[in-house]
Amino acid sequence: MEIRPILATLRKHRIPALLIVLEIALACAVLCNAVFMISRRVSNIHLFNGIDERGLVVVNLNGTDPKRASSEIPRNLAALRGIAGVQAAAITSSVPLSTNNWGWSFGLTPEANVSSHNTTNVSLYMLGEGGDRALGLQLREGRLFGPGEYAAGALGDAALPQGHVTVLTESLARRLWPGQSALGKTLYSRPYYYTVVGVAADVLRPYFGTWNPKMYDVAYFPVNYDAPLGTYVLRSAPQERDRVLREAVDKLQALNPAAVAKGSTYADVRAKYFADTSSMAWMLVLVCVVMLAVTALGIVGLSSFWVAQRRRTIGIRRAMGATRGAILRYFQTENFLLATLGIVLGMVLAYGINLFLMKHYELPRMPAAYFPVGAVTLWLIGQLAVLGPALRAAAVPPVVATRAA
Amino acid sequence: MFGYYLDLALRSLKRNKALTALMVLALALGIGATITTLTTLRVLAGDPLPGRSARLFYPQLDHGPREGYVPGQSEPDMTMAYPDAMNLVHARRATRQAAMALAQAKIVPQRANEHPYFTNGVMTTADFFALFGVPFKYGGGWTADDDERRAPLAVIAEDLNDKLFDGADSVGRTVRINDRDFRVVGVLKHWAPQPRFYTQGLGGRSYGDGDAVFLPLQSARAARMGPQDLECYSNLTDINHIETEPCEWLGVWVELDDAAAVASYKAFLDGYARQQVALGRLQRPSTALRDMMAWLRHVQVVPDDVRMQTYLAFGFLLICVVNTVGLLLAKCLRRSREIGVRRALGATRRAIFGQFMVEAAIVGLAGGVLGLLLAELGLWGVRHQPAEYASLARLDLGMFALTFAVAFVSSLLAGLLPAWRASLVAPAPQLKAA
Repeated sequence: MEIRPILATLRKHRIPALLIVLEIALACAVLCNAVFMISRRVSNIHLFNGIDERGLVVVNLNGTDPKRASSEIPRNLAALRGIAGVQAAAITSSVPLSTNNWGWSFGLTPEANVSSHNTTNVSLYMLGEGGDRALGLQLREGRLFGPGEYAAGALGDAALPQGHVTVLTESLARRLWPGQSALGKTLYSRPYYYTVVGVAADVLRPYFGTWNPKMYDVAYFPVNYDAPLGTYVLRSAPQERDRVLREAVDKLQALNPAAVAKGSTYADVRAKYFADTSSMAWMLVLVCVVMLAVTALGIVGLSSFWVAQRRRTIGIRRAMGATRGAILRYFQTENFLLATLGIVLGMVLAYGINLFLMKHYELPRMPAAYFPVGAVTLWLIGQLAVLGPALRAAAVPPVVATRAA
Repeated sequence: MFGYYLDLALRSLKRNKALTALMVLALALGIGATITTLTTLRVLAGDPLPGRSARLFYPQLDHGPREGYVPGQSEPDMTMAYPDAMNLVHARRATRQAAMALAQAKIVPQRANEHPYFTNGVMTTADFFALFGVPFKYGGGWTADDDERRAPLAVIAEDLNDKLFDGADSVGRTVRINDRDFRVVGVLKHWAPQPRFYTQGLGGRSYGDGDAVFLPLQSARAARMGPQDLECYSNLTDINHIETEPCEWLGVWVELDDAAAVASYKAFLDGYARQQVALGRLQRPSTALRDMMAWLRHVQVVPDDVRMQTYLAFGFLLICVVNTVGLLLAKCLRRSREIGVRRALGATRRAIFGQFMVEAAIVGLAGGVLGLLLAELGLWGVRHQPAEYASLARLDLGMFALTFAVAFVSSLLAGLLPAWRASLVAPAPQLKAA
């Protein structure tokens, strides 16, 4: 395909050609950034969370009398375990993504306290006996808590429980002791200290905003039933969880008429946490689709007029022996050239927009992989858009050349 | 002349219906997206208490450790410890001042077969209602004396009054909250400032419904109500007595009437911080005293996503405008012959320019009307999103006018280049070719 005649024609129609280039450049820049934002949101929604999400039901019981916790919690748990289909039930202080966060800062030296300089903030999950099984924690190293450790874990009105054992997530263990095993190491926050007895799969914090490098900084502590905790977790087969949820809420409400029982499946807890994120992702998808459609229609419009304007020239070329295929390829090549120029310009623009967003918002650098995606999409859109007008151009009969314009 | 251009423009637009529809639709989509996001942004970044916000300030102190303190650079804490908040309230250095925290309040209905339920509560001090200009339907607030006496009094919102007392004047009646009896002293008229400025830093929602119960701080604490958010800077030993624990959980708002009052309050606050440092209660003397709008910017109350959507919508509008430029240009280049004839018959360049600008303006007007419908549709979509600000997204008169302004400006911008090109067409070659 000879490119020189195309360039010569484009030089004559500089403004329409420039407009196509500009439109493609803008679309490319917006598309790259929008797709990047979509993918970040999608990966946020699908963040790994090392508990048995599918079978889990969470019921919160609030407004109880904390003085009666030690008699009421075992009674409530016994009743919950009596529900048909419940495989495990336990009490905990909170669940991942519930937004109900209890955080504390720990250091690695005995003199560390909560406000010391070199401490790590950790989300605490206080588990009653059987909490590991009910949540479906996946042990990676060491062991989980024993019955004696649960019994010794008195919390009372303090911030942290008595007892001296903890289980951490993999990410936290790796960050605190890089390259070493965390087992046997100790976390300090005067006057408390806890020895790491196990490392479990990563579990998300109750709240971490959106993607955050510290979202897996979680530690588990065993507590006994003196602790005024109110989150009951029940595990059942996924197909039974809706019934288990209904029965669990009814049972807890009946047993504790002065309190308020509210529950949901864990799937709903997760969906609620990411509801804004997912609606934003869908909005971005919608904008991308509409924007590409507008761009494509714009190219169709411009090329159609272009073809109509050049009917006579096309006729002359056909009369001089150019085949239909040659005319078709001419317009396709022309569009390809314009699209390429637009894409190059668009990449620069996309990079600039990304720099701006990085500066003003918590957005990382866009991986280079997004650039070819944007390029290929716009090449395809351009080719699809020009196909109709190009076919019409190819259909111009040679006899047009002999007629007056 | 304008009438003639209008006629020409309409004829030209009618001649090529598909193209006209395409231009109008593209412009309308761009305008619809822009107006939808701008409306949302305007509502979210709005002034919660117009006319009053400029006089309201949020003092802050710093309970951070000495380690890592950089004078003049360390940002003070979002909330205050109980002794500091009470010292500031009791000092009465501002026209009005109140300390507050959010709490979940368990309401126990006094009718048979009704379960208790939780509702959003505010634990605060007497000045709260006058400070924020909260309107009352029945009764009023409580006094500073009631605060000191830990009187079990309550102010409830209109919807809670409807629910508990069927909307009757409930002043003097009893409402059971957290298993204690509180006497109603006031019922509010609807009060839900947006953004919910006084919940910022206290762990509350930023937008949405107003709170349902307002209780004197000490009597709410006596009923074992705990704050929504608690930040401890040293070891906490008893979570039931956070008044004496090293924890921060209260926000303080003060009313200062002029710049002199602001300056003297800031001096008072700095003096207080230095005094507390000398006493060893604080390690850092840094303070802040932001006005309401500055405080809302500081806590970044408008979600980043909403700003990104606005940028995106403007980018999209730009693409739509470029698209319209291209299509208008293509149209006018095809009509070189017609322009040549008009020029030969005596039309000036200015007349040709005017004619094409009128054509662009008509496209803009149509795009604006359609864009308005699309914006209504878009806002309907926003209202059905799960976000807490969803119900606030509504078009007002200002945005209605802005829609047409945006439509006109973008269509005239889009028409500029094609109209200029059209006015440059020389009559002779066009006539010769025919």
